[in-house]
Amino acid sequence: MSLLEIQDLHVSIDGKKVLNGLNLTMEKGEVHVIMGPNGSGKSTLTMTILGYPSYNITAGKMTFSGTELNSMPIYERAKLGISIAYQTPPEIRGVKLRDIIRISGNKPLWNPQDEPEENIATPLLKKVGLNPEQFRDRDIGVGFSGGERKRAEIAQVFAAMPRLMILDEPDSGVDIDSLKTIAVDLGEYIKEQNCACLIITHYRHILPYLKPDIAHVMCGGKIMKSGNPFEVFTQIEEKGYCEYLGLCPPGIKEETERGMEI
Amino acid sequence: MSWKKEELIKKATDAQNTPAKLGEDIDISRFKQEAALLPQVASVSQLSNDIVENAKSVGINPNENNRSGTYFQLDHSVVLACQKKEMEGVEVLSTTQALSQYDWLKDYYWKAAAVDADKYTAMSELHQNAGYFIHAKPGARLTMPIQACLFIGTEGLVQSVHNIIIAEEGSELHVIAGCTTHPGISSGMHIGVSEFYIKKGATVTFTMIHGWAEDVEVRPRTVAIVEEGGTFISNYICFKPVRSIQMYPTAYCVGKDARVRFHSLIYGSKNSIIDTGSRVFLQAEGSRAEMTARVIAADSSKIISRGHVIGEVTETKGHLECRGLLLSNTASIHAIPEIEGKAEGCDLSHEAAVGRIQQAQLCYLMSRGLNEDEATALIVRGFLDPEIPGLPEHLKYEIKRTIEMTSEKVM
Repeated sequence: MSLLEIQDLHVSIDGKKVLNGLNLTMEKGEVHVIMGPNGSGKSTLTMTILGYPSYNITAGKMTFSGTELNSMPIYERAKLGISIAYQTPPEIRGVKLRDIIRISGNKPLWNPQDEPEENIATPLLKKVGLNPEQFRDRDIGVGFSGGERKRAEIAQVFAAMPRLMILDEPDSGVDIDSLKTIAVDLGEYIKEQNCACLIITHYRHILPYLKPDIAHVMCGGKIMKSGNPFEVFTQIEEKGYCEYLGLCPPGIKEETERGMEI
Repeated sequence: MSWKKEELIKKATDAQNTPAKLGEDIDISRFKQEAALLPQVASVSQLSNDIVENAKSVGINPNENNRSGTYFQLDHSVVLACQKKEMEGVEVLSTTQALSQYDWLKDYYWKAAAVDADKYTAMSELHQNAGYFIHAKPGARLTMPIQACLFIGTEGLVQSVHNIIIAEEGSELHVIAGCTTHPGISSGMHIGVSEFYIKKGATVTFTMIHGWAEDVEVRPRTVAIVEEGGTFISNYICFKPVRSIQMYPTAYCVGKDARVRFHSLIYGSKNSIIDTGSRVFLQAEGSRAEMTARVIAADSSKIISRGHVIGEVTETKGHLECRGLLLSNTASIHAIPEIEGKAEGCDLSHEAAVGRIQQAQLCYLMSRGLNEDEATALIVRGFLDPEIPGLPEHLKYEIKRTIEMTSEKVM
């Protein structure tokens, strides 16, 4: 039985079709990269896997370790072992970073009387390179830099000990040095825990650390091509999405490619 | 007390039918005025269990640990008014007692607040049932707060008190005032006149926690006068349903560099009508005011959150902030911030925002494993996170715990 199996998935948002018959199968411990021009449906795919209510599945089926996900609420999917590091998490005033890390690990909110020294979020913050003294009591997302936001997200994913982690553009808005430390941490974790990982990215920098097994290229709400990640990247960088996907003849640059943000 | 008493009574009598400018006009005569006289106690813990429990929910410590003194008024009876023996710098009395004991107090009585402002101030003069007098002596530094509880224990009673708080030069005073009712009663009325005098270089923090019954009408009337270099920090917390509350505490910064901070946390539920705000007159150079409100309206509650800062002279600064969160389609929040500059060199600003819980925040928390109710509760509590400014650490922690206790029951 596969860890994640998506068959002929059709999804619409506010009546507008976004995914059009997407198929994807992931086995335990596999690392997959999803690429594609803006608007190709990458984010819709992740939100649908997570179970966001405004993403309507109109046809197709998703299973996780054999359990059907289609109508399962978001929080049950989290409990099943699906965890995401968001690209741009919201700010939530008054909700402390230490508490959301604890919640991710299915632990109660911090109560200094039972636990004088906080000992669940603290080591995870250290692990992702955020000073616990400074970040434990910060409100989620409020006043965080791009890199701090990514690290805070990854601390939550680590706390969840997921079977599938989804990394939504873990490399956007992060400087090269921060990116390297984040990637090294993630790579070690994936290897140690044999955790499956679905990475949405436009860039190749992070790939050597995460050692992906396969890359998929999305366009028009489905996966158009899959292949060796490094070869796929090289070809796309050379030709652009349009020509790589055979949508336009060689040498012509088109709309789809402008969105690549490279 | 023959001093101008007749004059006060005449003014009050003339004003006893004057409706307040804001809030629903309450017919005071529908409330009972008489209450039995109750015996004094040596400690709050000697009162009956249900009284103690409700008092605890508004921040009163029954064993008086970590307190400099206690005032406890049950209906019209002052059952306890004392400061700890070792606390020489402060005195806690009933206002009635203090007025008979100290002739000089007439220079403060009704000097900040106007007796004829409306029928409620008039009522408080004509049918006054005690209230607390707290006096911090010059230079006294009381890090432990004085606690004061105004408790209604009789169904349908109107309690009208007059409180006077004086912080002499260079003193530091912290007060926790808890107002609540007996668990067995549903209706009543509370009128509370409070006059604060903060002298040169003195600091007063005043944390008022309201926990009324569902059919209680509440009309506090608060005025503070802050002298040179003085600081007045007023925190207001109200999480339990009530029939109506209308108040607009006002502070006058009369001395150079006087500072005022008003902070309120309000959770309106059921059919509560809560009209609160704060107003600061910046009348001396270098004076500053900061007013913040966090309000949540659930069920069919209606909340009006006002703020008004008036810069009357140059080199003054004021900021108003109101954030409102609506949890229901039948609730409403009306934020009314006003800023008024009357001299070159005042720096006044305001920001207000009213909205609902964002779907993105809810889904974010749910994707970490919380169900919708748990996620909503976490956001609501976070919104009312009592980062109460200006309080000593231990007091901050204690109030936080009181709030958590109440919010778990209410939300």
